[in-house]
Amino acid sequence: MDTLTETIPASKTETKKTVKEKTAQPYWNPYFSGIGLGLVLLAAFVIMGRGLGASGAFSTVVAVGVNTIAPHHAEGNTFYQGYLSDGVSPFKNWLVFEVLGLIVGGFISGALAGRVKKMTEKSAHISFNKRYMFAFIGGALMGIGAKLARGCTSGQALTGGALLNVGSWIFMLMVFAGAYAAAYFVRRQWL
Amino acid sequence: MNAPLFKFGLFGNEVSLIVAFIIGIGFGFFLERAGFGSARKLAAQFYFRDMAVFKVMFTAIITAMLGLFYLSWIGWVDLSQVYLVPTNVWPDLLGGLILGVGFVIGGYCPGTSCVAGATGKVDGYWFILGLVFGIFAFGEAYPWISDFYNSSYMGQITLPQLFNISYGVLVFVVVLIALGGFLLAEKVEKYFAKKDAEAAR
Repeated sequence: MDTLTETIPASKTETKKTVKEKTAQPYWNPYFSGIGLGLVLLAAFVIMGRGLGASGAFSTVVAVGVNTIAPHHAEGNTFYQGYLSDGVSPFKNWLVFEVLGLIVGGFISGALAGRVKKMTEKSAHISFNKRYMFAFIGGALMGIGAKLARGCTSGQALTGGALLNVGSWIFMLMVFAGAYAAAYFVRRQWL
Repeated sequence: MNAPLFKFGLFGNEVSLIVAFIIGIGFGFFLERAGFGSARKLAAQFYFRDMAVFKVMFTAIITAMLGLFYLSWIGWVDLSQVYLVPTNVWPDLLGGLILGVGFVIGGYCPGTSCVAGATGKVDGYWFILGLVFGIFAFGEAYPWISDFYNSSYMGQITLPQLFNISYGVLVFVVVLIALGGFLLAEKVEKYFAKKDAEAAR
């Protein structure tokens, strides 16, 4: 009888321990991650003669979607036509493959650090539905802004920043200006 | 060495897609390592709580910039073969502003939303849906805004060309600005950490 009562609490603490081991590891030092990111960007310059990107791949998805549903409509629009090439599949595109790698790379890093988990990023002050609405609105603004500026944080700010591209530096300063200016109005979402 | 390797015909289009995938893996890996799969970590930049966005971005910029500068200096990389997005002053300015507002509302940018999605963030999926919708809205509006989109065109132009100073001097200035920015970022973080601790008391 004695042994039985002792083994039960022991096994309970054991399950608690395994739960604790699964907690996420801390992020890397930002300067260290930045050097890694910079070397990836440098590799893209040296190997390909181009930088990184992200929003372009989503433009391909949108252009193909519009072209599938309403081919005549897409035909008359030079924006969509820019992402639709004759003969070859539009998905056989450098940025599309790079973004597929980006997703895989993000997953590998997250999985190795125990950070892959179904969750929503928000403060305790707003509801889940509100957060999803803000994420959608922010994403839509991001899509419009990125297309207007011919690139997003990757293709313009990061890539063009390193190339000392005039338009990219204008863009980058305005990104920080816009985000700081709007931050006050959405503070409850984050703080 | 003759680089960019692709531009000098070392490999073709098919291989370039494999290269794209591998470079993408590196890109996503370091974004996630930096914590950029988390909207709260990214947004904290705009409340001065965590300056990681600035630190990571500018460390990456000066790393790649210095690497490219030295590689072109010793003649390994032909800079004229590295693609530059043409500058259109007003579209770049307005686009940046809209994107910045979207950044703090949505919490991600296109690249980081992919990392967020890959690591299970539900708000990341909603952001991506919004992104696709925004690009669609831009595409539909394009016939009406194409004049503005193509306005204030300056061509492919770099800061050294604009200010008519040497590439090396400008690289040096950017490094100095970044280092100053890092020092300031560290101070700002400490200041707000102290302020928050006092407010919590």
